[in-house]
Amino acid sequence: MTRITVKVDGSSFTDEVEPRTLLVHYLREQLGKTGTVVGCDTGNCGSCTVHLDGRSVKSCSLLAVQADGHEVTTIEGLSTNGQLHPMQQAFHEHHALQCGYCTPGMIMQSIDLIADNPDPSDEDVRLGLEGNLCRCTGYQNIVKAVQAAAAAGGAQ
Amino acid sequence: MTTTEDRPATEIGNPRLRKEDARLITGRTRWTDNIVLPGMQHIAMVRSPFAHARITSIDTEAARAATGVVAVITGADIADEQGALPNAWAVVSDQQAPVHPSMAVDHVAFAGEIVAMVIARTAAEANDAAELVDVDYEELAPALELRAAARDEVIAHPDLGTNVSAVWAYDSAESGTGGDVEAAIAAARNGGIVIEKEIRQQRLIPAFMEPRAIVVDPTTEQMTVWSSTQVPHFVRIFIALVLGIPESKIRVIAPDVGGGFGGKLQFTPEEVLTVIAARRTGKPCKYCETRSESLMAAHHGRDQWQQVTLAATADGTVTGLKVELTVDMGAYLGLVTSAIPLLGAFMYNGIYKFPSYHLGITNVFTNKTWTDAYRGAGRPEATYAIERVMDELAARVGVDPLEIRERNWIKHEEFPFSTVSGLQYDSGNYEAATAKARELFGYDDLRKEQAERRESGDPVQLGIGISTYTEMCGLAPSRWLGSMGYVGGGWEHAAVRMLPTGKVEVVTGTSPHGQGHETAWSQLVADRLGVAFEDVEVLHGDTQVAVRGLDTYGSRSLAVGGMAVLAAADKVIEKAKPIAAQLLEANTDDLDFSAGRYGVRGTDAGMTLAELAFAVFQGHKLDGSAEGCLDADATLDPDDFSFPHGTHLCAVEVDTETGETKIRSYVSVDDVGVVVNPLIVEGQVHGGLAQGIAQALYEEAVHDDSGTLITGSFDQYLLPGAPDLPRFETARTETPATTNQLGVKGVGEAGTIASTPAVVNAIVDALRPLGVTDVVMPCTPYRVWKAIQEGAQS
Ligand code: FES
Ligand code: FES
Repeated sequence: MTRITVKVDGSSFTDEVEPRTLLVHYLREQLGKTGTVVGCDTGNCGSCTVHLDGRSVKSCSLLAVQADGHEVTTIEGLSTNGQLHPMQQAFHEHHALQCGYCTPGMIMQSIDLIADNPDPSDEDVRLGLEGNLCRCTGYQNIVKAVQAAAAAGGAQ
Repeated sequence: MTTTEDRPATEIGNPRLRKEDARLITGRTRWTDNIVLPGMQHIAMVRSPFAHARITSIDTEAARAATGVVAVITGADIADEQGALPNAWAVVSDQQAPVHPSMAVDHVAFAGEIVAMVIARTAAEANDAAELVDVDYEELAPALELRAAARDEVIAHPDLGTNVSAVWAYDSAESGTGGDVEAAIAAARNGGIVIEKEIRQQRLIPAFMEPRAIVVDPTTEQMTVWSSTQVPHFVRIFIALVLGIPESKIRVIAPDVGGGFGGKLQFTPEEVLTVIAARRTGKPCKYCETRSESLMAAHHGRDQWQQVTLAATADGTVTGLKVELTVDMGAYLGLVTSAIPLLGAFMYNGIYKFPSYHLGITNVFTNKTWTDAYRGAGRPEATYAIERVMDELAARVGVDPLEIRERNWIKHEEFPFSTVSGLQYDSGNYEAATAKARELFGYDDLRKEQAERRESGDPVQLGIGISTYTEMCGLAPSRWLGSMGYVGGGWEHAAVRMLPTGKVEVVTGTSPHGQGHETAWSQLVADRLGVAFEDVEVLHGDTQVAVRGLDTYGSRSLAVGGMAVLAAADKVIEKAKPIAAQLLEANTDDLDFSAGRYGVRGTDAGMTLAELAFAVFQGHKLDGSAEGCLDADATLDPDDFSFPHGTHLCAVEVDTETGETKIRSYVSVDDVGVVVNPLIVEGQVHGGLAQGIAQALYEEAVHDDSGTLITGSFDQYLLPGAPDLPRFETARTETPATTNQLGVKGVGEAGTIASTPAVVNAIVDALRPLGVTDVVMPCTPYRVWKAIQEGAQS
């Protein structure tokens, strides 16, 4: 067991974890952050995407111990004072989700994408979301949502 | 209650943003894997690495001794307890099928079949111990190649003695719905045109994003089962039938479900085994499959060989169609495995007026993962075959493929139309959808550009693909299902409850997993009852709440389930009438219901439904002459199928040097009848297109020579990502269905059905001058390149 201290969605946690525990399992099982989900076992799907110190990472491809001393934001920590993050709002307004399983990861990755590129073209968005799979939407409305959030200044 | 003035004129057609989004975009979700119960134990499955083998021994001692392990269970341990998994659709009375155990006892028939399970305190301990279960196998020769299996060269289930499960045929001459196809073919060989084509429908994997998960709590009076399923009502009935537990002692909940596409229209071994684990240990148990397990062991789809013969006159008027299907069941029959080709059987004639038709189906077992429903289920296969062949016919006649379709399709003034396969198409307007698609696509300009590129010998050639389709939706009239050998019905159930505070609770037997029923059903009820959209709450997916239902698949939810909701709402209005009359001291004949209110004609007097709901809640002023309750249940059995249709046009650019295909533009015009929520409909079309295009270009489940699934992870099974798909241009025409009160048809499968042939027709069209007449799916760069090389040689 290894002792780690991680700040997740604004709260600080100190825990004993097995060295092999994946960050996603630590988030889900020890912290109850079940908004972040697992869609594969090969790092392909991006369902598990969270932010580590403000940049997107696949939390299934990171060990919990690697998050020691860092700050994690999950989908559950995005809205402030009941106010949706502009990216969440854009996904809703543009019908960018159906079953919603890929959605937390998509939203976290999209926020990262427009932080790098505040005015992405259709192709920029598609390439930026390459590591996030969605089986329901065909991506078109996701692209629209990301561009709308970018236009609304969602990068801030 | 919001006042009626705040509402749009009608909710039908209103692009409402979805109610269900609020929890999904914030992570406040209830996926089955999120459920944690006190004392909950975790299950890991041990699966066969071999496609076909006998189990000679299983040593569980080391696993049993590992830390945290509560129990290790083998097939022999539960041989008398596990029963057999059901097939609900015997397509012929002498259908052959092996017993389908949830856990193999002494014989495994596909790689991935469960041979043991470990129950432990944590998932990690269960997984670790599963590695310690030592299984000895005696390998047997696997039956893998479908057509060889059909010839019984190697037998998948030695006890059965044959791989052939069922042979079924429809013949228009025998059924009296058309002429003799053999005569038509013979005549066409004499001066007409005969096109013969062999088509491979590759094996696909539904690959819903949420892996399947099950939690069973045996500590309550009713055992509670949470399952990531499309069909909670089916699961309840089958747990009862298979395990002998009284149905009344079982509660099944489908909480948030992350996609299904037919892949979660199943009663699974994992469900049975999790129930057994919980029952044996007396503790809550959870099983969550990994993605690798999901790809290997959740049922697959498609996998057919289609032998198509089309007869036509020299000018391209079709005179007959003959199709022989060889269909891979995989190792076992699931719920409706055997009937998937049957669901396509009546669709091979598509939108056309063929005078003769014959279809033969041979269902065959192999030692591969069992197949069953995948989006479209039989109908994409049928549409692909006929639309590919119509293009070949156009090429032979030397006319534009749109023209050959027009020459053969049912004209809008000819509806209702009885087809050669015995269905009655109620409505449609193929001319309108095609004209609209043609215009949006810029068809003539693209044809011009194509001619120029051909002329100049451009290494990147342009191809234009056409696909016109119709499908039978709204599964299904119970009488029809019964006549076809299905054990269940096709009705749907709903309830509408008026709460004393004026809110409305709608209970539906459908079980959405991304389709937005909470939003769309709210619209239906708001519209019908004249209440605010926000005041309607839709409940589903819990057999203790939605006590009756037949769930969600086959584009049935709106056309059947939605109409049941309307029927229940209508009953509420009826039940409110005598109560309103009594309270308003008026004659029922003098009451009119509009905008949510009963008014006394010619006066200002009236009461809203909300006021009436409160009045019946109090009961103070009721005289007892009418039931003091506004709530109503309704069960609706559809009169007939609905038949959406549409025209899709796809332009591809094919690099003739590398074989690379790029979709340049894609236009879909779908006629799904009256639309309740255009936003949801468009989303369904997009997602359907993505899956159909994926079949054309990317996806295929591949097994190696030993029967191991090579495409066992998302590294090898290529779900398209955002960069792999084009922008879609979607539009609609609206020809109301006449088979239900709203005129709706169904949209869940349309995009998938139409897009696969549109893309492949486009690729072949690009390469036809190079001698290419076909490319095998998925049309990878290598396959396209190879087709070009072969074309050059021919
Ligand atoms: S769970 Fe699929 S990439 Fe992390
Ligand atoms: S919305 Fe279902 S996987 Fe993306």
